[in-house]
Amino acid sequence: MIALDEMQRDALTELVNLGVSRAAAALRVMIGHEIMLSVPRVEIVARGNAARMIGEQEGTRLVAVRQDFEGDFSGRALLIFPETKSLELVRAIIGGGLPLEDIVALEQEALAETGNIILNNCLATIANVLKRSLRMSLPDIMRGDGTELFEVSGTGDPNDVVLVLYINFTVSARDITGYIAMLMDLPALRSLRELLDELVLRNMASPDVPR
Amino acid sequence: MAYRVLVVDDSKLARMSIARLLDALRPDWIRVEAANAAEAIAWQGREPIDLALLDFNMPGPDGLALAADLHNRAPAMPMAIISANNQDEVVARAHALGAAFLPKPLTQAALQEFLAEVEARVTTTGQAAD
Repeated sequence: MIALDEMQRDALTELVNLGVSRAAAALRVMIGHEIMLSVPRVEIVARGNAARMIGEQEGTRLVAVRQDFEGDFSGRALLIFPETKSLELVRAIIGGGLPLEDIVALEQEALAETGNIILNNCLATIANVLKRSLRMSLPDIMRGDGTELFEVSGTGDPNDVVLVLYINFTVSARDITGYIAMLMDLPALRSLRELLDELVLRNMASPDVPR
Repeated sequence: MAYRVLVVDDSKLARMSIARLLDALRPDWIRVEAANAAEAIAWQGREPIDLALLDFNMPGPDGLALAADLHNRAPAMPMAIISANNQDEVVARAHALGAAFLPKPLTQAALQEFLAEVEARVTTTGQAAD
């Protein structure tokens, strides 16, 4: 079983914190209300359990914006909301003045655009700090339970282990809660470990050495 | 004057990164590190701290709660919140506590600017921080 040592886990958690903090700042600009973030969690779990980490806490029906990324390490980034909060988010972004039918009509597009901004901010920050480039797919809206959302390759064996990074956010003024999650499978995890080791080394080096 | 600097971050990597920059900019300064608010308060009670560099998003009390606590204990102590979360509310709350807001990842230039500003402030008022 592949694992992360203490320093790798520390570096990864800090990296996710950086990425999600930037993403929250971008969402703040769109919504006009403060976004509160939890401390990120990093876990290596069986694929079947990854789904339950989110599904258990928020019920079963979820809506997510998904973007797959590939490069030195590949995986899937998700912006996840309980389905009941999705319209509230769209309303917060496009303004309260529109009638419900217009908000419903704009839901897909607004969610995709919001997800794109949030996930790109997050992934680009992580890629920059790791000094690697990641290619990101176009955003895709998914609806379903946690198991359906967390299927990384489409042929996932529920006993495979996956790396799950997630953080909970709330917009208290608008009663919106959601998650930003990232999933990576084993080959990605191996590459990521090497990049984390490099990152730790760069931070131990003398500052005269170009980073 | 060799300052005693308190660095608070739950990430060891982030503390290493700040330490690296501090060592380059002010090699004679003394650094103490804490991984959370409770450890930071314990340091502050044990010995005088001249400057505090605080992470924002940490388990337990966050950096702004810690800054408020430290500010009550040592009102003249310069502080900076270091975070990638530059939402208006976070920056405003830092400023309301008299703390600077420095973007994360911290650069040597941004830290240098803050340290120079703190030293100028202390020189102007003719006294070290509490």
